Amino acid sequence: MNHAMLKNEEKVLFGLRNLYSSYGYARFKMSKFEEYDLYVRNKEFLVSDSVITFTDTNGRLMALKPDVTLSIVKNTDHTKGVQRLYYNENVYRVSDKTHAYKEILQTGLECIGDLDTLNLCEVLYLAAKSLETVSADCALNISHLGVTSALLEQEALRPIKRELMGCIGEKNSHGITALCQQQGVGEQLTEQLRLLTQTYGPACDVLPRLEQTFTDSAAQQAINELKIVTDYLEKTTSVRVWVDFSLVSNMNYYNGLVFRGFVKGVPTGVLSGGQYDNLMKRMHKNAKAIGFAVYLDLLEHMEAKQEFDVDVLLTYTQATPIEQVLAKAAELTAQNKRVSIQKQVPEGFAYREWVQLD
Amino acid sequence: MSEWINIALPKGRLGEKVYKRFAAAGFECPEVLDDTRKLIFENTEKKLRYFWVKPSDVAIYVERGAADVGVAGKDILLEYRPEIFELLDLDLGKCRMAVAAKKGFRDDPERTLRVATKFPHIAGEYYRKLGRDIDIIKLNGSIELAPILGLSDVIVDIVETGTTLLENDLEPIQTVVPISARLIANRSGFQFKYQEIQAIVNGLQQQLEETK
Repeated sequence: MNHAMLKNEEKVLFGLRNLYSSYGYARFKMSKFEEYDLYVRNKEFLVSDSVITFTDTNGRLMALKPDVTLSIVKNTDHTKGVQRLYYNENVYRVSDKTHAYKEILQTGLECIGDLDTLNLCEVLYLAAKSLETVSADCALNISHLGVTSALLEQEALRPIKRELMGCIGEKNSHGITALCQQQGVGEQLTEQLRLLTQTYGPACDVLPRLEQTFTDSAAQQAINELKIVTDYLEKTTSVRVWVDFSLVSNMNYYNGLVFRGFVKGVPTGVLSGGQYDNLMKRMHKNAKAIGFAVYLDLLEHMEAKQEFDVDVLLTYTQATPIEQVLAKAAELTAQNKRVSIQKQVPEGFAYREWVQLD
Repeated sequence: MSEWINIALPKGRLGEKVYKRFAAAGFECPEVLDDTRKLIFENTEKKLRYFWVKPSDVAIYVERGAADVGVAGKDILLEYRPEIFELLDLDLGKCRMAVAAKKGFRDDPERTLRVATKFPHIAGEYYRKLGRDIDIIKLNGSIELAPILGLSDVIVDIVETGTTLLENDLEPIQTVVPISARLIANRSGFQFKYQEIQAIVNGLQQQLEETK
């Protein structure tokens, strides 16, 4: 096979499948449809809350899958030890910006069961390795919602929790100052919130500062977990791993570690994941879970534009024997050249070389 | 700068003020203020690339990564909710988003309030928090006309001095949110050009403190 013919996202897809299966992750194959009810009950878990629905032949309201994780959680038996699953699936979502439905190719994995720190390290390692597969120029940011929630659950901040989460997510420390002033929040608490927006960098630089500021036992435990995971990733991967508290996910579903991966040249994160024990509880599953998704559709940004439609334009006349044309085409394709056979040069057609057969 | 930084500035008077702040902070590119039809200006030594765009488009350029940083009004950020980092309040272009109505207007809570605005998200969010049932009328300009002609009961719009309202027999009745220019950054660009973007933030922050 000519690997140069593969699109970037196809190469990445093969690489990721290989990576995940080598760590014992089994492919989770599913149907395109799911009962709509599953999404209604977990609407806030979805990236976009608009779902394409239809009524099936039994009169049930069905949906084209906007998400994979919910289906995996629903169908996984966590009582049989730690379940390791990966997927390559299309999901269907509404773009916030264009308000149009989009088909998005996603790959990712979920690790579900009685998880411990080792499992967390394994999934974060695979996330880092996934980024390395996509591009050498990549960055993985990690946060821990244990720290963020220990702060935001304080009585004085509860009325403005949602707004504060928005500000933390935007690294908007002036917004935090204004909100806290309006709400009459004390200076020490305000400063702790501002510190979260400014905490960005290698774990060895930022975690000691956090340890001194957040003395609450839940926060200390979270910081310790961050330390173990980042330390492991720094030793075992070449990915730049930084702590970044602007990663705030919906705490009704997520808890613990949350992370996002970036590659140079793509304007948004290409990988997104986290621990979602709270979702498991909501779905009455007595287990822990962590997973991530890689947005393969975004990798198009990294693809160099094709300068030519084909390598060789092969033209023939009525007099050219068919065998001669097809033999020439076979000879060229055997040299890994892309060939287009035409009677005449199509308008606006870009070719590297023109071979005319008389 | 070790990496080129693309900076989107909002066209107009605010943009010129913003550029002067950048220049005073050490991120100059003198051509920017020349009276020319050029759209892109470069300082090759400092690896800075400035471009002028329509104020409402700055956030799009930044969100989509065509610009690493830019300056946009808080009104645009609240209305379009781009996924960006909002790094600094530049304390420039200060005004407020307000509800205005004809002088002597009395809100009848038993009726749906008709609200004309260029900012349906901001207006919708404001009244949702108040629990008030409204009918949003999205307009693209001359908002002040709507209550005068009976198209709406109130308007939600940007108020600077209030002179336009006054001249049309209208008055601001509630402030929705204060507005000013914000320094924003692309979330991915921030990861790979952190030192350069942070240098800009620090420089502008220092300028801000000196002007206070």
